Amino acid sequence: MKPTKNNLNIYSLTFRLPIIIWQLIFFVGPVLFMVAMSFFLVKNYRMTEAFEFINWTKMFSKNYFWDSYWFTIIIAGTSTLLTMLIAFPASFTLAFKVSDNIRRWAIFMLIIPFFTSYLVRTFSWYVILAEKGVINALFSYLDLGPFKMLNTHIGTLVGYMTLTLPLVIILQTVTMANIDRNLIEAAYNLGCKPKSIIQRVIIPLSKTGFIIAAVFCFILSFGDFVAPFYLGGSQEPTLPILILDTTKSGQQWPRAAVVAIVMMITLFSIAFIGIMTAYSKSFKK
Amino acid sequence: MTTKKNNRRNFLKLSGATALSIPFVSRAWASTVELNMLAWYGHGEPDIVSEFEAANNVKFVPKYYAGGDNMLALIAQSPPGTYDIILSDAEFVQQLNMAGYIEDLEPSDYPFDDMLHEDFTKFPGHWANGKLHSVMVRGGHLGVSYNKTVISEEEAQSYSCFWKPEVKGKVGHFDWHLPNLGMMSLYKGNGSGLWDLDNKKWQAVQDVTMSLRSQVGGYFDYGGTFNSLKNGEMLAMCGIGDWITGVLEKDGAPVGSVIPKEGGIQWTESYCIGKGTDKVDIIKKFINYMLSPVGQVKSAQMAAYPGFCITKAGRAALIEADPKEAKRSHQMEGMPNDPIALINDGRIHYRDIPKQQTLEDWNDFWSEYKNA
Repeated sequence: MKPTKNNLNIYSLTFRLPIIIWQLIFFVGPVLFMVAMSFFLVKNYRMTEAFEFINWTKMFSKNYFWDSYWFTIIIAGTSTLLTMLIAFPASFTLAFKVSDNIRRWAIFMLIIPFFTSYLVRTFSWYVILAEKGVINALFSYLDLGPFKMLNTHIGTLVGYMTLTLPLVIILQTVTMANIDRNLIEAAYNLGCKPKSIIQRVIIPLSKTGFIIAAVFCFILSFGDFVAPFYLGGSQEPTLPILILDTTKSGQQWPRAAVVAIVMMITLFSIAFIGIMTAYSKSFKK
Repeated sequence: MTTKKNNRRNFLKLSGATALSIPFVSRAWASTVELNMLAWYGHGEPDIVSEFEAANNVKFVPKYYAGGDNMLALIAQSPPGTYDIILSDAEFVQQLNMAGYIEDLEPSDYPFDDMLHEDFTKFPGHWANGKLHSVMVRGGHLGVSYNKTVISEEEAQSYSCFWKPEVKGKVGHFDWHLPNLGMMSLYKGNGSGLWDLDNKKWQAVQDVTMSLRSQVGGYFDYGGTFNSLKNGEMLAMCGIGDWITGVLEKDGAPVGSVIPKEGGIQWTESYCIGKGTDKVDIIKKFINYMLSPVGQVKSAQMAAYPGFCITKAGRAALIEADPKEAKRSHQMEGMPNDPIALINDGRIHYRDIPKQQTLEDWNDFWSEYKNA
């Protein structure tokens, strides 16, 4: 009657094997190749197999690499913080203040932007953010401006939010909508003020989802090339722009691989810390 | 009945004719020769190649690149014979030749006696050991590109206009170190030695470039350069010339390019025949087509970016076919900024690669500059 060990293995493998093979071919394989490539050399614009540390020492010894690194972390972090704050009122409203039907439609509407190219959406900001654009035209009625928004950090942040804000709102909304309403009512019945309910009931119960949303937001911003290049004017360059610059001049794919590996390690660390924090016991209480 | 018979007869005739013509149609299709082209954007587009394609039953399959490094990498990473025809920036022809990527050419196949300038017949790097490897087909000049509402033509006569307080945060860079640092080298007075910098001169070029950093509003690719000048986000642009402002100017934007007193840089585009191709004859014919008056006019009017004519017959044809464009681009004898006169006056220097530093040194500094 007891299922045998072999039966269990075949059953589990049937479902697990495809994803394992998929990950091996399309994730582990390319990552291993990228790691190997970081030790290759470029001779006459052609990569040659080697095992040299020169690409690592070269990139790590450059100030501009570290400047780009810290700048990318700071701007992606700022974007994450702002996106989480801006998304919260919208998510709160969708989770608690509207009917299920409206919430479903709102989530559908938030998904729609992903149907169009991110690049196209980014370029549309040119018309809005330019000095002769829509926002400055509105400011001019108040005798203000024009304000420079394109080719600044503001432009970069707007671009990042174009990519991440809908996703963060969806994640926050779904998280808060799944909170047991009895807990909120209990807090209210015990005399808790609305502000305290948010601070002491809703946010603690949503922390897992919020942290996951923040981690996604950071990952997408950190690795994005389009916003800092087209809306931020490449100043200062983020790591994805540095990868492009490195490959453009001299076809230094091995050095670009070094940058990419550093980015991956950073993102793995942040995602790991984020997920550990999200599921840690202190937050479960 | 008659109608039916006629119909049947007509049907049979039509079917027979169709069946008999199929081999000819398929033979005609089969004989269309595909030419794999490696070039900057625009060179394989219909405004340039469609007439030649129709007349010679060929089809260009372009692969576009941005920058000489990118071109060399694409060739290096492709099997030999992938590209039949290669458009190269002149300064990279030597490297193509040294790597064995291109065929030797026969000088008598091309109209060298019709070139507008002696230099174009013996262009540096196109010849090695008396053998020709590439033929120049067009060029253009890089200097000060500016918005005429903020910078006067007189002010644009020096690269110092990039430091004007009125354009603070509004100076853009075309994101490629070579033309930008070349211009800074000219600004430092290096003249014809702009690429041949000893340590002291190289340091001076870096210092003056760094002093421009606070004026800079962004670093752009082709599309970004185009947009930022068009919408007024950038009022001056370093590293470009008429190849971008010319397109905008024709659309009515108040922008222009001049060669300042410190001198300008010439970009030069040349065709090479890919090593191992079996389509040499038709490629030769195409290169000659681009050097013919018709081809030269097409090149000067290219939708992607204009270039100036390099043959006498080409220039004459442009003046006749499109005098407005000829005048706008100063391609008329006697005009003060006639590209040929500028070369004769010694104000134009051909774009090259650094002589005493490596491209990597220049690129490293460019990355530092962008991060400063």
